[in-house]
Amino acid sequence: MLTLADVHTYYGKSHILHGVSLEVREGEVVGLLGRNGVGKSTTLKTIAGLVRPAQGSVALDGREIGGLPAHRLAHLGVAYVPEERRIFRFLTVMENLRTGLDRPGMTDARRKELLDKAYRYFPVLAERRSQAGGTLSGGEQQMLAIARAMMLEPKIILLDEPTEGLMPRMVGQIREIVDVLHAEGVAILLVEQNVPLTLEASSRCYIMEKGVIRHHAPSVELRRDHAVIHTYLGV
Amino acid sequence: MLEQILIQTINGLVNGMILALVASGLTLIFGIMDVVNFAHGDLVMLGAFLGATTMSITGNFWVALLVAALVIGMFGALLQATTLRPLLGRDPLMTLLATFGVSLVLQKYALWQWGPSARKIEEPITAQFKLFYLEYPWYRIATALMSAALIGALYLFLKHTKYGIWIRATTQDRVMAAAMGIPVPLVHTGVFAIGAGMAAMSGVLFGPLAGVTQTIGADFTLRAFTVVVVGGMGNLGGSILASMFISLLEAYAALVVSPAQAVIVSFLALILTLLFRPTGLFVPTQR
Repeated sequence: MLTLADVHTYYGKSHILHGVSLEVREGEVVGLLGRNGVGKSTTLKTIAGLVRPAQGSVALDGREIGGLPAHRLAHLGVAYVPEERRIFRFLTVMENLRTGLDRPGMTDARRKELLDKAYRYFPVLAERRSQAGGTLSGGEQQMLAIARAMMLEPKIILLDEPTEGLMPRMVGQIREIVDVLHAEGVAILLVEQNVPLTLEASSRCYIMEKGVIRHHAPSVELRRDHAVIHTYLGV
Repeated sequence: MLEQILIQTINGLVNGMILALVASGLTLIFGIMDVVNFAHGDLVMLGAFLGATTMSITGNFWVALLVAALVIGMFGALLQATTLRPLLGRDPLMTLLATFGVSLVLQKYALWQWGPSARKIEEPITAQFKLFYLEYPWYRIATALMSAALIGALYLFLKHTKYGIWIRATTQDRVMAAAMGIPVPLVHTGVFAIGAGMAAMSGVLFGPLAGVTQTIGADFTLRAFTVVVVGGMGNLGGSILASMFISLLEAYAALVVSPAQAVIVSFLALILTLLFRPTGLFVPTQR
């Protein structure tokens, strides 16, 4: 469904991605592992249209999407949940969710259905629907960021470090959310520092180093293959 | 003396409301695009001239107000799309110079099109009421009320409509707004159009109070900037409070010194704000 072939990305003059190729199939949870600064987040930003690929192809369902503006990609089914969560701090919880609901072709019934679903998965957001996003706790903000992405009815969610800085209790909850999204049939490309969680939640993993994919294997295998994990991730 | 103070309070509030109408457009544009629009006052001036021309044709003040708002609003959209959109994300100095250039062009255009002599817009309400020893024009009160109503309408639009949420989301996080499917370039153009339309309406409302010349724009730009800085750049509520504050300050100062010298007080307030509270006087600690 989502295919990257030989993608090169630059920030100004610095060459960040040196030809990344990967694939995420429909409804599949795929992990993207690697140490800090190897280009995992840049890979997600490139797919989301926030950074322009200088070379190579990004395709969604066979259609080339590399270089399309981010708002078009959101309508095509690519949702992005950034590392810093980046919820709209001065918008209420409800308004944060609405940013993803007011798009072409939406009906009131569908809008309500999606909101109800978000509140069902995250009851705490329903309680706080009139509260400013900035007043939520870190874990609640992460739930809001994911719920907001779900409002786009995406084919794929790009999840960047969803458990970073969260309390252990919340980490378990995020894990459950990933499973729920998976059950809904949404594909997920998951970037995480938490290796055990990633290996458990995903079916396959790519391992990145210095802007390229170095290794690719089913997560079941990686769980046993401590040598690979140690070589590339140092854990 | 007490009577004079009361009269000046009313004068200050009336001037403050018109200024707030100009400044709210300016601060909205700055908040969302980080663009310091040096041509904002010239949009006020263009609106006033267009209003005067429309009025001489139709004879109807309200039609003139509407025409000026719509035409200058569309002109603002065009201006943003052609001169500012290509500069988005570049050094703020670039957009500042670009809008400064636009300001000069608009002033010279107005001089060429309408000539150097002042035009007068006839006030739609000529009745007066007795305010102590003065015959005070109802029109001045009506201007303040209309400005307040327009600002109120802007607030409700921003607070409750889909486009209002788009504008607020884009102001807070341009990148994330785009990632949520909000057409950010269009929102920018729309906001500029709204700001321009509001500026034009201020021009038409202000027209009957003083003559319309091609230099009123520069004056409005200066005053609007003062209040936007004093109120906290990009902060709508702060700009409105600062408009009131500055205008009242000037009105009271005019009791002691000549009105021309009273303007100095507002610049004093500007300098003191920049020295001691550069984020603005009327900014909640949160933002």
